[in-house]
Amino acid sequence: MMKQLVFVITLVAASGIFAFTINRIISYFHFTRPAFPVRDFGKRLWITFDIALGQTKIFRRPVIGLFHALVFWGFCVIAFGSVEMIIDGIFGTERFLKILGPVYDILSGSGDVFGLLVGVSILIFLSRRLFFHIKRFEGVEMKSVSHMDANIALSMILFLMISLNGMNTAYCAGLDLTGSPAIGVYPVSRLLTGVLSGLSASQINLVYEICWWSHILLIFIFANILPYSKHFHVFMSVPNVFLSRLDALGKLPNMDNITREVRMMLDPVNASVDPSAETPVERFGVKDVEDVSWKNYFDSLSCTECGRCTSVCPANMTGKLLSPRKIIMDVRARMKEKGPGMLKNGITFSDQKSLLRDYISEEELWACTTCNACAKECPININHPTLIVDMRRYLVMEEASAPGGIKGVFSNIENNGAPWQFSPEDRLLWTRDLEIRVG
Amino acid sequence: MELNKVEVPVMADMFAKGIHPEYLFWVGCAGAFDDQYQKVTRAFAKILTFLKVNYAVLGKEESCTGDPARRAGNEMLYQMQALQNIEIFKKYGIRKVITICPHCYNIFKNEYPDLGADFEVINYLQFIDQCILSGKLNLEPGVLTDVCITYHDPCYLGRANDIYIEPRSILKKITSNLVEMERNKSFAMCCGGGGAQMFKEAEKGDKEVYIERTEEALRTDAKVIATACPFCMTMITDGIKSKNRENDVRNFDIAELIVQSLNI
Repeated sequence: MMKQLVFVITLVAASGIFAFTINRIISYFHFTRPAFPVRDFGKRLWITFDIALGQTKIFRRPVIGLFHALVFWGFCVIAFGSVEMIIDGIFGTERFLKILGPVYDILSGSGDVFGLLVGVSILIFLSRRLFFHIKRFEGVEMKSVSHMDANIALSMILFLMISLNGMNTAYCAGLDLTGSPAIGVYPVSRLLTGVLSGLSASQINLVYEICWWSHILLIFIFANILPYSKHFHVFMSVPNVFLSRLDALGKLPNMDNITREVRMMLDPVNASVDPSAETPVERFGVKDVEDVSWKNYFDSLSCTECGRCTSVCPANMTGKLLSPRKIIMDVRARMKEKGPGMLKNGITFSDQKSLLRDYISEEELWACTTCNACAKECPININHPTLIVDMRRYLVMEEASAPGGIKGVFSNIENNGAPWQFSPEDRLLWTRDLEIRVG
Repeated sequence: MELNKVEVPVMADMFAKGIHPEYLFWVGCAGAFDDQYQKVTRAFAKILTFLKVNYAVLGKEESCTGDPARRAGNEMLYQMQALQNIEIFKKYGIRKVITICPHCYNIFKNEYPDLGADFEVINYLQFIDQCILSGKLNLEPGVLTDVCITYHDPCYLGRANDIYIEPRSILKKITSNLVEMERNKSFAMCCGGGGAQMFKEAEKGDKEVYIERTEEALRTDAKVIATACPFCMTMITDGIKSKNRENDVRNFDIAELIVQSLNI
């Protein structure tokens, strides 16, 4: 009874803090702009199945991708065990999900095996970060706090897996003493019972309780650290894939407010009677974090800073400042900085800073070739180029700021309908003396 | 063997005669004005003539799609161009457009519909591949059959629109020695020319993007680097020159390779 009481109090406290954090993050979404309507649920379910559950994009790097996939699939299976622990904790039951019968054997068995696989994968990840020089973990945006964040989260997952397999091992060792049959299957932990040989039943039970409590408390702590860490990815990545932009990568979103203005210019008589023209004036493009779309912000919360985007960026690999990962990280950092002020003083709040220039320089923005290598590579469908172009839109349309060559392109297109200075009259010069060989 | 003059039909003339061509061949600005890429336009016009396709070009009525303006952030200018182009398409009742430039293809296919455009867009590689499949075009092993060719995927055909198969199946008809670069298909590296980069100086860095990509292409030991985009062509040709390899490695568009192979 005492154990249940302590558990429920811990659970309520953990959930309370978690709800507070999530509520705060959700309130930041009120400051973002619309992106696209979320429709086509069939297609969305398919890409969630394919890219999230199937991990197909992470497998673009097959070897290290496999270890991530093992961790992901492991989490999915082990989550059932965590739910069971919460039920057991509240109601004082023991292995409640045994009511699932043979399914329970599959769940517990695969959970036990995945405990080991995830643990090994995490050890590989940690050693890559600690002992190897992996280029994509470096970069200007990867400050020491980013590395610490990664190492803390990985260590916590490692301890989660140790406590999980420890718990199962103690359970199996306890059953060996009494000779009673196990509920569920524990292929890995069964092999480990030798570690506890020589311990009495009560000592084994103590080991079990320590592992049980460590595991569940680590889950509570982990869940509450995640929203402040890049590993918020654990919660946000699957929804982020579900909420992916479904358009072809080459498509930029249309600016409907511009369409109204242009139509009015081209055809003042008919366009001016359009009632939708009466919408309030808003900033063109993205200057600060309140101009980004909810999807840009969602992307930034889901990003785990793996750096696959930056590693394939042609600008970055040839030494330019641009790093697509940094752009996404900057959105999150800027919202974290400005969000509280906007919550207090409203969306017009200004701290004399902005995402553009204080975080992202013009030099970074103009280095993008819009090749979409970053977006193609992102395992969770983050879209960087649309945001980069949105920031260019602000620069060009609000500040008339662009590199000299680009300004030339604009005036050429305006004056003679081509990015170069050629007359439309010359558009057929290529047909001169064109001959074909026949016979 | 004799040479016949190719008359390129112009939409306004055809319309005046009461003829409604099935296809609009959208030449694009690079196709009309870029010295090197004009050869690609000429090659594709020859292919259209060879295939007896019922087409026309807009000629003086053609105007930039707005792609470089849009990707450089000038949405206003892009939409002005787009809405005016859409009006011209409507005037001639154009239903099918063939493009050679992937940037024109992408913007017509993915972005013009937001502004009310309603026509089918076909990239020239899809068109040619379709002609091969339907038996209209018979590309038999020709002069290039032993030439080692590598293909550089343009971002706006590949990643942007998932066109990877057609260029390769066409090239396999032309050569028996098609080799891939290390980074190919959806992994292909950009030439450095897209997103209006073509028209500006590169930002400070330690290397030019086109050099990095050209070096990768040269590592395949191919004698021909096949491209399918005007910007890629400028970049890769510059890259070959920078590496002093213009004597033994050439850059051709797939349309030019087809013309060479057909000997037309």
